[in-house]
Amino acid sequence: MLALQVLTNGLVLGCLYACIAAGFSLVWGVLNVINIMHGGFIVLGSYLAWVAYSRLGIDPWVTLLFAAPLFFGMGYLIQRGILNRVIAAPVLVTLTLTFGMDLILNNGMLMAFSADYRKLILSPPLGSVSLAGIVVPVDRLLAMVLALGLTLALYFILRHSRVGRAIIAVRMDRDASLLMGVDIRTIYAVAFGLGAAMAGCAGVLLALIFPISPLSAGAYLGKAFVVCVLGGLGSVPGAVLGGLFLGITESIGAVVFGPEHSVTLSFALLIVFLILRPQGILGKKGYE
Amino acid sequence: MSRKSLWIIVLLLGLQSLLPLVGGAYALRIGTFASMYAILAVSWNVIGGMAGYPSFATAAFFGFGAYAGGILLAAGASLVSAIAAAGLMAFGAAVLFGAILLRLKGHYFAIASLAVAEVLRELTNAATDLTGGGMGLNIPLSSVVTSVEGEARFFFYVMWALLLVTLVVVIGIERSKLGFGLRCICQNESAADMIGVNSTLYKSLAFGFSGIFVAMAGVIYAGWSHYIEPPDVYDILYSVKPIVMALLGGLGSTLGAVLGAFLFLGIEEFVWRNLLDLHTGVLGLLIVVLLLFLPKGLVSFGSSWLGKRLIRQNGGSRD
Repeated sequence: MLALQVLTNGLVLGCLYACIAAGFSLVWGVLNVINIMHGGFIVLGSYLAWVAYSRLGIDPWVTLLFAAPLFFGMGYLIQRGILNRVIAAPVLVTLTLTFGMDLILNNGMLMAFSADYRKLILSPPLGSVSLAGIVVPVDRLLAMVLALGLTLALYFILRHSRVGRAIIAVRMDRDASLLMGVDIRTIYAVAFGLGAAMAGCAGVLLALIFPISPLSAGAYLGKAFVVCVLGGLGSVPGAVLGGLFLGITESIGAVVFGPEHSVTLSFALLIVFLILRPQGILGKKGYE
Repeated sequence: MSRKSLWIIVLLLGLQSLLPLVGGAYALRIGTFASMYAILAVSWNVIGGMAGYPSFATAAFFGFGAYAGGILLAAGASLVSAIAAAGLMAFGAAVLFGAILLRLKGHYFAIASLAVAEVLRELTNAATDLTGGGMGLNIPLSSVVTSVEGEARFFFYVMWALLLVTLVVVIGIERSKLGFGLRCICQNESAADMIGVNSTLYKSLAFGFSGIFVAMAGVIYAGWSHYIEPPDVYDILYSVKPIVMALLGGLGSTLGAVLGAFLFLGIEEFVWRNLLDLHTGVLGLLIVVLLLFLPKGLVSFGSSWLGKRLIRQNGGSRD
């Protein structure tokens, strides 16, 4: 019974991790940029949900609808205005640049919301369901389903829309797609915008479950890293697989080693994967 | 490193060593931090600037050194033996782990090196018996000096001496076969392998040398501040700041790293004093502006006298 409960917890966590990592993976895979701001975007999404619910009485499900375009626009502008200028620079430059922007974002959130932990508490609470002795809170279940839905939506955009195919083309071969008439700079901006939108929406969902603080940004970013490396870079199915793998490993690890070792466990996993299988579980060059 | 750059460094360090004659405890504190930052930046430059591997492991070395040294100091070891022990342990560990981690390139190496600091921090947090965990570690006052002023002066000179040693070793590396090999690796690793550079060994050694003095600085920091805790000494900013300093001074140049460190400390102190709430944001803004508009660091100011000098000395041989 405990084993089943642990597995269920891992699945719920894993779907949320997949949603966190999908956008990060897209940006890394397509632009070859590690977006350190990803964790900050997630926290900003959580704050958006919190402000919308506690000040304006808007349900988080509704917030999702306007969070996506809002974050898309922000990401698009950041890429167009700033990152596109240094996109061809070495790894160190883009990495340090997004780190600097993350410091600004984090400082801004600290000023606006302070470092106190906030919690979005739905009233009335949704309660929990139990089935065959496994108990799952309904808000977690909903967040998990929506996270999966969002991840699937990203998958369909990439697979079936015109702009999605262009993004994949740029990922597979930048120069060839340039010759085929793809406007690379716009595609970069769209990809970054999609990544930001995924982060913002993930943040809205996470607000239902976890307390909100600017200090959590680093932890979310760490999860995104690990999931990307585990699952394989730049592919949505990879992010889902990596997310589930990490979620289940963490919840089993919490029982076996104790929850204080969860970060050590996931980073140890990261280093082992980086060395033994850097392309990840599903890694291959062309994808989707 | 040209003769002129060498003289500028000697002049800077000479001037710095005179600080205790004119300044009080506050000036000494700034002076100690200046040496510490310069050690961090010059060390990072060995792996990041010379070999071209974007390492974010500085915080790991610093925290490791602070804790290894702090535990030894608390157990009654002398400062010198604690520094030597922590430095050697860090060097050994860095060479060993480097041989594995440095097989990764680009983003993957950056993340793996970042993860090392996270893992070490969590391990330190969890090993409560040895390190005090989240409660931190108290390090007893050293018995060598008794007064507050005397202690400030003592640690200032210890850190300054370590900077001197670091510079001698790193400049030695720069002029040696190792430095030449590292620059080959930076430009084209496969080609370096082809002409007979043992790149695995060279990179591992570079990683070791980028760690040893940082760990030693960590020991001195621990002894100096008497109290350390994991979020303080494993702060990711310790990994990022040296990169910013090296970029500020111009990537790959030892003189640039020293100048960048001093300048960075000046800016940081100014911001701390005047804009306490905004200081991380201003640091971020500094990074963004630096990378977007001055990608080659201060050397980009081609019109100034110093800038021209530096370009003539360093600009041609880099990139």
